Amino acid sequence: MALLSDQDLQALALTLRLAGVVTAFLLLLGTPLAWWLAHTTSRWRRPIAAVVALPLVLPPTVLGFYLLMMLGPDGVVGRTIAALGLAALPFTFKGLVVASMLYSLPFVVQPLTNAFESIGDRPLEVAACLGAGPMDRFFTVALPLAWPGVVTAAVLGFAHTVGEFGVVLMIGGNIPGQTRVLSMRIYDHVQAGEYHQANVLSLCLLVVSFAALLAMSLLRPRRYLRD
Amino acid sequence: MRGLDAKFALRRGPLVLDVDMALPARGITALFGPSGAGKSTCLRAIAGLEPDSTGRVSFGHELWQDSARRVFMPTHKRRLGYVFQEPSLFNHHSVAGNLDYGFRRAKRPAHLDRDGMIDRFGLRTLLDRRVGTLSGGERQRVSMVRALLSDPSLLLFDEPLSALDGAARADLLGCLERLHGTLQVPMVYVSHNIDEVARLADHIVLLDGGHVIAQGSLQETLTRLDLPPALGEALGTIIEGTVCGIDTHDQLIELAFPGGTLSLPHHDERVGQPIRCRIAARDVVLARERQVSTSALNQVACRIVAMADAGASSQCLVQLDAAGSTVLARITRRSWHALGLSPGDEVWAQVKAVALGA
Repeated sequence: MALLSDQDLQALALTLRLAGVVTAFLLLLGTPLAWWLAHTTSRWRRPIAAVVALPLVLPPTVLGFYLLMMLGPDGVVGRTIAALGLAALPFTFKGLVVASMLYSLPFVVQPLTNAFESIGDRPLEVAACLGAGPMDRFFTVALPLAWPGVVTAAVLGFAHTVGEFGVVLMIGGNIPGQTRVLSMRIYDHVQAGEYHQANVLSLCLLVVSFAALLAMSLLRPRRYLRD
Repeated sequence: MRGLDAKFALRRGPLVLDVDMALPARGITALFGPSGAGKSTCLRAIAGLEPDSTGRVSFGHELWQDSARRVFMPTHKRRLGYVFQEPSLFNHHSVAGNLDYGFRRAKRPAHLDRDGMIDRFGLRTLLDRRVGTLSGGERQRVSMVRALLSDPSLLLFDEPLSALDGAARADLLGCLERLHGTLQVPMVYVSHNIDEVARLADHIVLLDGGHVIAQGSLQETLTRLDLPPALGEALGTIIEGTVCGIDTHDQLIELAFPGGTLSLPHHDERVGQPIRCRIAARDVVLARERQVSTSALNQVACRIVAMADAGASSQCLVQLDAAGSTVLARITRRSWHALGLSPGDEVWAQVKAVALGA
């Protein structure tokens, strides 16, 4: 008997694809948000920071439930999507991406915000005095100096998405190749009393998580920590 | 040619800055004043790093800020060379990477001698080093050359020597003195150290409590009699002269200036070298006759121009004319009366040579 069945491999591939897509989108959208949180003096900063942090404390089932309500055919977002002639999101891969992005948002935005804050204003002021415009300053000074934070954000976002269960259960269901991720598959195996398969898949998750954390510490350049 | 015109107001915590200054288009202008006078904030506002400031700033023919017309040119378009108090180097670049950051953005102008500047500031051997491995003095030298290489039209130096210790400080001051001679663009140099100012500046803006107290040429401003007591220690004469002799036995040099000659301690000066020396008002002793048996090496014949009585104080300031050079003496009022001095009198100003050791 093969160590992993085709269905198991499919779930593993789906999980990695989901985590990859979610991490990429979160880095793209979370970076401007984190930059804003780190630099704004707006009175909306604290409320918005609290909203971003919500998924940290909210039970995933609660988050998934509200998402299901909102994205469903009777929900605000669901109706808007239907009116635009787009396919409904619940129980699809896209829906899972949207839900996972919300679920993993603080794990990406918070390390980025901390990294941007710890740079301080001075390096950016120096760059401005040396003739660098805002975008130039961001890409040549802020981003390189915040690189350890970017790596942390990517790894935490990825690892956290790989391990999600409650949100998937609520909004994704258990459709093979669509929404059946690794953690669902493990649950299925346990339910069916297939402890050996559950064990193999759990080991896979363990290895992925360990590799992600190892990658994080290897990618963090130590040289900036001086000075 | 027009220099920098800046008239702006800004509130920063307890400090209310309200300044109006006109800086010449050439030479080094010192922004001098006690700690907390608003010097650094002033420099930041000129650079456009304090967006809350309101007023008008123009440089040459460029309008940098005019709050009334909602004009605000962002810092990166002002073509500045800013050196901060802390070197503030980019940790993610090597020394060469730091130097080239502004140089590349200025499109590597041909009129800037990158290699020459690197050699003059002694950075040749440091180019590949990471900035974390540099000493304080080395960092600040990198920071200065980085600013100079960005092809600035105005240099803004914010107490670049204040974080350095003795040797590094003297070394960098020498670099700055040499730079002064070849400088093509004006510089605003913030300092609270009058000796630095005396060595480097051509003009001075005196700042206290967020306001400009006086501005003008260095020599004229520092020999004024009407400045507030807070700036008293800064008062004195800047003598510019040429080294005309070196006594290697006594380790003294002779400095020839229009009012006569002065003996100074010898460091590394050469004959013919033009140097500046500052005579603090408090180091000058006045005498009716030339003294024969005195340890003061320098005696200069002067005529009293004016006297300013500082109110309730025990002291007064005497302005003297030494064949065209203005000299300032701070003496007690008791001495003024005891000697029966009055404007127009001929006196001898005595200065200990050791008081002139830079």
